[in-house]
Amino acid sequence: MVAETGHFALILALLVALVQATVPLIGAQRRDAALMAVAGPAAIVQFLLAAAAFFALMYCYVTSDFSVLNVAQNSYSNKPLFYKITGVWGDHEGSMLLWELILTGYAAAVALFGGKLPQGLRTRALAVQSMVSFSFLLFILLTSNPFLRLVPAPLNGQGLNPLLEDPGLAFHPPILYLGYVGFSMAFSFAIAALIEGKVDAAWAHWIRPWSLAAWCFLTLGITGGSWWAYYTLGWGGWWYWDPTENASFMPWLAGTALLHAATVVEKRGTMKAWTVLLAIITFSLSLLGTFLVRSGVLTSVHSFATDPQRGVYILTLLGVVIGGSLALFGLRAPSLKSGALFAPVSREGGLLFGNVFLSAALGTVLLGTLYPLFADALNLGKVSVGPPFFNATFVPIMIPVCIAMPVGALLAWKRGNLQLALKRLLPAFLVAAALAVCVALLMAGQGRFITAAAAVALAAWILVGMLTGLAQQIHFREVPFKTSLQRLLKLPRTFHGMTVAHIGMACVILGITGSTLGRVQNIQIMHIGDTVHISGFDVTLKKVRDDIKGPGYTFSRGTFDVSSHGKPVTVMYPEKKHFTVPPEDTTHAAIRTTLLGDLYVVLAGHDAKGGYITRIYYDPFVVWIFLGGGLFAAGGLLSITDRRHRVGAPQRNNEAAPERKTS
Amino acid sequence: MKRFIPLFVFLALAGFFYWRIVLIDKGDMPNDIPSVMIDKPAPAFNLPNLYEGKPAFASSGLKGHVTLLNFFASWCVDCRIEHPFLSQLKGHGAVLAGVDYEDKNADGQAWLEKHGNPYDTVVTDKDGRTAINFGLYGVPETYIIDKQGIIRYKQTGPMTPDVIAKTILPLVERLAK
Repeated sequence: MVAETGHFALILALLVALVQATVPLIGAQRRDAALMAVAGPAAIVQFLLAAAAFFALMYCYVTSDFSVLNVAQNSYSNKPLFYKITGVWGDHEGSMLLWELILTGYAAAVALFGGKLPQGLRTRALAVQSMVSFSFLLFILLTSNPFLRLVPAPLNGQGLNPLLEDPGLAFHPPILYLGYVGFSMAFSFAIAALIEGKVDAAWAHWIRPWSLAAWCFLTLGITGGSWWAYYTLGWGGWWYWDPTENASFMPWLAGTALLHAATVVEKRGTMKAWTVLLAIITFSLSLLGTFLVRSGVLTSVHSFATDPQRGVYILTLLGVVIGGSLALFGLRAPSLKSGALFAPVSREGGLLFGNVFLSAALGTVLLGTLYPLFADALNLGKVSVGPPFFNATFVPIMIPVCIAMPVGALLAWKRGNLQLALKRLLPAFLVAAALAVCVALLMAGQGRFITAAAAVALAAWILVGMLTGLAQQIHFREVPFKTSLQRLLKLPRTFHGMTVAHIGMACVILGITGSTLGRVQNIQIMHIGDTVHISGFDVTLKKVRDDIKGPGYTFSRGTFDVSSHGKPVTVMYPEKKHFTVPPEDTTHAAIRTTLLGDLYVVLAGHDAKGGYITRIYYDPFVVWIFLGGGLFAAGGLLSITDRRHRVGAPQRNNEAAPERKTS
Repeated sequence: MKRFIPLFVFLALAGFFYWRIVLIDKGDMPNDIPSVMIDKPAPAFNLPNLYEGKPAFASSGLKGHVTLLNFFASWCVDCRIEHPFLSQLKGHGAVLAGVDYEDKNADGQAWLEKHGNPYDTVVTDKDGRTAINFGLYGVPETYIIDKQGIIRYKQTGPMTPDVIAKTILPLVERLAK
């Protein structure tokens, strides 16, 4: 009965979506306030209906109603309650429902909190959002209905992929989708602006917080996913350039470019068409990611069960949404006249530079991800594009972006003084150079020590460079310290957000460098009492307990004593789990994290002679990758909470203009 | 026309996607590739061992037992997916031979050290000649060769636990009788 209620809620939501997609749009064209007023309430009702469907499915999971096909395929009765709930979005149907819930959730948020938005823009954006929602609801109802019944109902379900039974991963899809789907709002604003033929500072001002929110979630989702891979897959890897990873990384790159481009529109009224195009591309890449992962067009480690019929539908959906919006862009772009011209050496010049390189980087990731498909289509054979391609193309393109980062942040709007900026960055340059020499001397003779030195220098350059920008803003050492401190507190939060996020980049560079160039790994068979020496640690296998019972699995747990120079440091307990439904083994690494590096111990199995296969790694600075990702998101969050985003339409604030610097 | 470029790029992409989906619908998954080598004798080869001083492996050594010939490389991402499952192939009466394809010896050795070495013997095909003779499309790829040295099955792309349990092991056990 509950399943049917959920099904019915979805059908009602489809009808509401149809109304919301058409009536307000007609109203906006005819300037009919009554018709336009439909958008807000419709968005809220649609969200409530999607929520009703979502919770109906959750109810079926919690009560283990195996007469529902989707539950029977993905759950089982003695699974812990927590994983029954998170199992709702563990498969294709449930995750599409989550997609829809978040899509309508953003629209409802705009309806509730977007009261200060210009009415025409708000109405049209809600209508466009509802068009997307309508397509997804139709997709769910036609090809991915989670409420289909199974007769006769089986006694028990088939279980969830045990890799997904992990508290971290349970929240990974919702956070990732909040990011992916969040860009739909920027998309809807962009399409609304194209329909209106008006892109101005107010428009850019309004898409920024929504894009920032999506970007923060996507950042957290990607960072969390990478961290999950790091601690569960047991190989110590945190990024594989797998198509599924790239599918989330491409909208992130486009979204990053969008945030920066929107700043230029807001401040200088230029780069309008480009910003609108980026908003379309960012969401298009989110849709493309969904398509790639679910259609089976590319092979990937974490694909969903694929179904060509679904593939055709998503492709049609892509064609309508992306093709339609790009056609509209082509028709309306000439009406988006850019205002001011600007000198190449200026803040906006720097942002444009960053945008060009970010787009090029995005292009390489897109090419690398789709190349196997092209090669196959053009009869060049079936190929696998791996990390060597991405490392050789993506990384060099990102280097200029990182070098330019602190310089651009020090340039003024309209016309900057490059000489002055570089002079101010002299300390940053000196610190970077000194560190590079230290690293080179420390690591001299080891493989790729020059690369390591250069990468550390780049991280230091960004860190000190961004702090230089901050010091300049607060007139550090030019005015009394107390005045500086007051200025620091008065700076707009967008400025703090920019500084924090860019420093996050320095952390990520440090982490990637440490863990790719400085990693030490030992793989061996150990017997009880054996000791392995690694990076100054002595790791001793004390004992292994086998066949311990857990909920739905049995596991082995190893006990490793870790000491350094004779002093005990810690005791580590790596585990190996054996799941019964479905039968599958997973390893759970024991990790001792410090800011200097991670000690990573995996119990991989045992040989026939009573020995244990162990993998022990030392990964210098690896945690900085995840901390850096956290700083990105923190910077974005700081920026969202800026006063300007709460008080409504932007004013050109001449008095404080030089301080109004945003990321 | 410039402003329509994004649209044209997208339409071209969509064309590629549609082509691929139609093929999937016909049962041609991106991973399956028909091979003309099935039921033909394995091409002659003589490959040096990955580890210096250990014996080479030649096509003359295929006779008398079932061989699983697995092409891999340290630079191949999909090989990493397949690698943990290779140990499931042991103990079914077949020799598991690895061929490190177009790779440096040191890289291949380091990779096996990192991910474990399940092979009975590992040889190296540095210039990829043997791979060409086998009609290799990409790595990983696995050939099942019977006691007479005739290729009976080819797996293109990573072997999943499902393929191993349902296709590969039953065939190996049948051929080993």
